[in-house]
Amino acid sequence: MDRRNFLKAAAIACTAAIPAKDLKANEKFKIDEDRVGVLVDTTICIGCRNCEWACKKAHNLSTEPLEKYSNREVFENKRRPNNKALTVVNQFYNPKNSQLPIDVKVQCMHCDEPACVSACIVHAITKHKEGPVTWDSTMCIGCRYCMVACPFQIPAFEYDKALQPKIMKCDFCIDRQKEGKLPACVEICPTETLTFGKRKDLIEIARDRIKRKPNRYSNHILGEHEVGGTSWLYLAGQDFSKLDFPKLVSDPAPGVTESIQHGIFAYFIPPIALYALLGGIMWINKNKSGEE
Amino acid sequence: MDFLMKPTLLKDKKFFTPGVIILILLAINAIVFLAFRFFSGLGSMTNLNNQNPWGIWIAIDVASGVALAAGGFTSAALGHIIHKNEYEVILRPALLTAMLGYTFVALGVFIDLGRYYYIWHPLVMWNGSSPLFEVGICVIIYVTVLYIEFIPIVCERFIGKVKLIASLSFLNKPIDSLLRFLDRSLSKTMFIFIIAGVVLSTLHQSSLGTLMVIAGPKMHPLWQTPILPLLFLLSAIGVGFPMIIFESLIASRSFGLKAEMHVLSKLGRMVGPILGIYLAFKIGDMFIRGTFVYLTEINTQSIMFVIEMLVGVIVPLRMFFSEKVLNSKLLLFFASTLTVIGVMLNRINTFLVAYSPPYALKSYFPSVGEISVTVGFIAILVLIYRVIVMNLPVISLPDKKLVHKTKYEIIGGSK
Ligand code: SF4
Ligand code: SF4
Ligand code: SF4
Repeated sequence: MDRRNFLKAAAIACTAAIPAKDLKANEKFKIDEDRVGVLVDTTICIGCRNCEWACKKAHNLSTEPLEKYSNREVFENKRRPNNKALTVVNQFYNPKNSQLPIDVKVQCMHCDEPACVSACIVHAITKHKEGPVTWDSTMCIGCRYCMVACPFQIPAFEYDKALQPKIMKCDFCIDRQKEGKLPACVEICPTETLTFGKRKDLIEIARDRIKRKPNRYSNHILGEHEVGGTSWLYLAGQDFSKLDFPKLVSDPAPGVTESIQHGIFAYFIPPIALYALLGGIMWINKNKSGEE
Repeated sequence: MDFLMKPTLLKDKKFFTPGVIILILLAINAIVFLAFRFFSGLGSMTNLNNQNPWGIWIAIDVASGVALAAGGFTSAALGHIIHKNEYEVILRPALLTAMLGYTFVALGVFIDLGRYYYIWHPLVMWNGSSPLFEVGICVIIYVTVLYIEFIPIVCERFIGKVKLIASLSFLNKPIDSLLRFLDRSLSKTMFIFIIAGVVLSTLHQSSLGTLMVIAGPKMHPLWQTPILPLLFLLSAIGVGFPMIIFESLIASRSFGLKAEMHVLSKLGRMVGPILGIYLAFKIGDMFIRGTFVYLTEINTQSIMFVIEMLVGVIVPLRMFFSEKVLNSKLLLFFASTLTVIGVMLNRINTFLVAYSPPYALKSYFPSVGEISVTVGFIAILVLIYRVIVMNLPVISLPDKKLVHKTKYEIIGGSK
């Protein structure tokens, strides 16, 4: 039995042997061919953390002055994006050259088939066809299921707020993009670590870099296929698992759940059929016991 | 002499016992901690963080709560749909447990939501691809259905007996007519709600399992499987009757009543096969996905898995197949308790133990506040149960006036 049939069987069994509808029936949200992304080349990054500062500035988060960001002590611990910083840079040991540590910027990957969007109970998170994945404060109920679902463990929650706690994550500077500006982090980056552009072009650029300098890069563009592809793409000189990236398959994260959901709920047929079936049983049994 | 059973209020029993006083203290303790949650945010009293967004309020209050309230729909299926009259006596207690159980599930969700005041959003903002949305909607409708199913019990108690205090006495007549109207219309339409209750239960019991599937590789492979929804449904059906046995024996003990052993052992007889099917699926799934290898490593996950399976499934499975167990009050209680613990463990394991977020610095363990609230909620639930069975006809007692013949109890019939 292959996976799909297995799922089908499971879904059918769940609803008492009722034909599950074609699982492919759910229409796919059409994503733009020209959607944008960012290519992060970790072999270039110098760990200046200017992007962290710019991101906070662009989102009105409190921040120390830019000069303080040259402090390298923060690299002693690995940090994660949270409710106070939507992006952080971590430093890793470089086996090829211990003098040149590897710096890796982390933020939301803006997945093409985002688990957070599929999971959100009220659809408060949206994948825009242009690329960004954004969160809507007027809808979110704070259930934190998006955090359970995200394969990169990105969404953060304001646990210290009693009222209107927010889900905080990189929004790809969607407001700046609408004004025709670059994302704040890309704009400030003094090196060529961050390249903003159409995702399909970025993949070409990345392939090209790998081809030209096969010694510098490992032959893997993270985000090209992972969880169905992401808008942000990464290049590195070594295995991504050594840089704290989770190991992921190329199946979109929400795929399995959505098959199950759409199997059980194919046009409400299974529940209605189950209702009818139970009604029938009830009717027969009632008549039987009446005759006695 | 063989008396027929009739649902009766236990109003001559004492409310305050030492146990009840402890429950009240636990409830107060929970309320104190809840004040922190509402005034200073979730972070102030829970151990939740960005790595572990869900804790025991979801795993125990919500996930286990839903599973343990499954007695409501399994008994409704048995008593109303398969129409076995002999189980009449368990229907009302099971309905009450389900009703209170789901009410507390909803409360558990409410306190866990970061923006609890938006709890109504799923009603108008739909996301069909989210299993959580489906669970939410089904639970909302199902709670309503349970309350509707409970109305006839209230009617039976109060029709012809509505006596409000003097200044409100003009309302006596309208309320009485309302009750009579409800009783009459519901007695004809109740089947609609009963079937709906069973359908809704199958749906959300299974979707609750779908919830964690999306966490993908963040879940330990011993639990992560696409058939999680099926396993959740089967285990919920499996724990339905043990839960009824469990609480029925506790209630009869606490109120000094005679236990309905003949009904309970009949219920127990059905548990073995259901648990067997569940175990078969669970093991079959392990073979197909080849997850047995994870049992060779010794870690929290593998140990918890073995405890869950041995204590919670295999031992009770064996016990429910033994005549000796089925006929002994003590052993039957023991087997049922194990099944209840087993399903709770399974929910806790699925939602917490199996969930290992990639960047966690330390693993989640509930805070004192979280535990206090969970314990306090259970205490409040038991207290409300006690108040209700003392004031409404829920638990059946032998009725000396009814000797055979009248086969059905008369709904709302104390005219
Ligand atoms: S990385 Fe996580 S939060 Fe960002 S789009 Fe993907 S699933 Fe959503
Ligand atoms: S916390 Fe908000 S954004 Fe995240 S899944 Fe829940 S409702 Fe959606
Ligand atoms: S794209 Fe904008 S929000 Fe995202 S990390 Fe860069 S500056 Fe921050």
